[in-house]
Amino acid sequence: MFSTRFGVLGPGLLLLFPSFSLAQSPPVTQSDLKAVQDSIHSAQMNADNAWMLVSAALVLLMTGPGLALFYGGLVRRKNILGTMMQSFAMMGLVTILWAVLGYSLAFAHGTSFVGGLEHLFLRGVSLAPDTDYAATIPEQTYMVYQLMFAIITPALITGAFAERMKFSAMAVFLSLWSLIVYCPMAHMVWGIGGLLNATGNHIPSLDFAGGTVVHITSGVSALVTALYLGKRIGYPHTAMPPHSMVLSFIGACLLWVGWFGFNAGSALASGPLATSAFINTHFAAASAALGWTIFEWLHNGKPTALGAISGAVAGLVAITPASGFVEPFPALLIGLVAGFFCSFMVFKVKAWFGYDDSLDAFGVHGAGGTLGALLTGLFATKVINPVFGAGVATGAIDGHWGQLLNQAAGVAIAWGLSAVGTLVLLFLVDKTIGLRVSPEEESAGLDLSQHGEEGYDLNS
Amino acid sequence: MLKIEAIIQPSKLDAVKDALLEVGIEGMTILEARGHGRQKGHTEFYRGREYTVDLLPKVKIEMVILDEMKEKAITAIGSAARTGRIGDGKIFVSRVEEAIRIRNDERGETAL
Repeated sequence: MFSTRFGVLGPGLLLLFPSFSLAQSPPVTQSDLKAVQDSIHSAQMNADNAWMLVSAALVLLMTGPGLALFYGGLVRRKNILGTMMQSFAMMGLVTILWAVLGYSLAFAHGTSFVGGLEHLFLRGVSLAPDTDYAATIPEQTYMVYQLMFAIITPALITGAFAERMKFSAMAVFLSLWSLIVYCPMAHMVWGIGGLLNATGNHIPSLDFAGGTVVHITSGVSALVTALYLGKRIGYPHTAMPPHSMVLSFIGACLLWVGWFGFNAGSALASGPLATSAFINTHFAAASAALGWTIFEWLHNGKPTALGAISGAVAGLVAITPASGFVEPFPALLIGLVAGFFCSFMVFKVKAWFGYDDSLDAFGVHGAGGTLGALLTGLFATKVINPVFGAGVATGAIDGHWGQLLNQAAGVAIAWGLSAVGTLVLLFLVDKTIGLRVSPEEESAGLDLSQHGEEGYDLNS
Repeated sequence: MLKIEAIIQPSKLDAVKDALLEVGIEGMTILEARGHGRQKGHTEFYRGREYTVDLLPKVKIEMVILDEMKEKAITAIGSAARTGRIGDGKIFVSRVEEAIRIRNDERGETAL
């Protein structure tokens, strides 16, 4: 989330102008110089703003239709609309909450843990840049870009409680979750004065695009929710295979494309750092798809489509915190390790413990996010992003082994906040409106029982 | 009049239909079905979990024919649907009491 090229244009201009003024008359005045600088600054702002608006749209595309299709295909036919509606509900609810309160809690000045109320109802969020965050884009662009992250994060959790939570309970639980868990975590990692902010003076933890803020929080909360809610009726004895691998396939490919906005957009500018994050994102997805496929091929004898796309998503998760800090070959390696590690979590660990993380939100996002956050501390290099200052080592292979501890602290805080916050919220919602649909509603499916419609009417 | 019911692999439907037309049987009803005989099912893997799918897609062909067409029909279906592997299907023959053409109330063999 750091732009480093802003200072490059000034000296360049000064070098050009003496010869220009000697060759021409009348002489260049200070106001001419300022006009030129202003127009260059404006051009740069417009270039950065264009990329950031596209990135914001790409990140929204990840939730709807990307995640909605990915998850929707993995559930049984009777639950597709219910599952897609959970993602879509976040697109609506979190947007409203973000405008009213969420943005302020995440990005206003406040304590080390949470933002204050300075930006309540978006007060003071203007079309001028907020130099605390991004000097070359309007603050409103920054606000709406960050909103798209706040939308997808709770939507990721829905994979853990698929096919069995009431729509009303889901809406209340995830709305509260976005304020109680997401906003404080975003403030700690990215907010000004945040406890884990890489450029702050507390614990400088590196998280370029949301390994802790998005993936650990959603993944760990997913695990807690799956444990609290219990298994689906019949799990694991009744077969519950995905009803449409085709939908999931399309969804995963949309996630892959959307992730360019997620990671490369997190450069908050359209410069070389965005290129680096773009390439790392793509490389990790490719190698993780390979890693998962190899594991599965050896384990079950066949390379499945679901394995390949799940691997790609696992790689995208793992590279997220590292995407603007590492070089391309470490990105390939991070992806490959994530492919093996996440498939192991899903194939083996889930079976050992027997929890029903229905669509593997923890196995992919929790496990992949944790792995990625730690590997960021290993592979981050000042060559790509001198976030701690010019020439200062960033990650362990750069010579700064202490960064591994900073990363571990970020991971631990994300795990702790997510686990405790989620447990409290689940308890409250369970005791008030109840979390789970009745057994009859569960066997009828969420589409009919929660929404009164069907995803597929093949007789009409 | 005889009723022939043949359960075959879906991929053999076109070949069987052509073979029946060739021996002069023009009327038939096709049903998409699921089932298994001794073949049982197959296994599928989703994220490492194994699922047994024991009802496989099949096609069922039904037709009512004149008694003397019986062997021709059986030979046509059998030779067109056979791969020699388990799961090729079965043919059942049964007697039909009456046939009525709804359009004009014709009865018996003329209704076929």
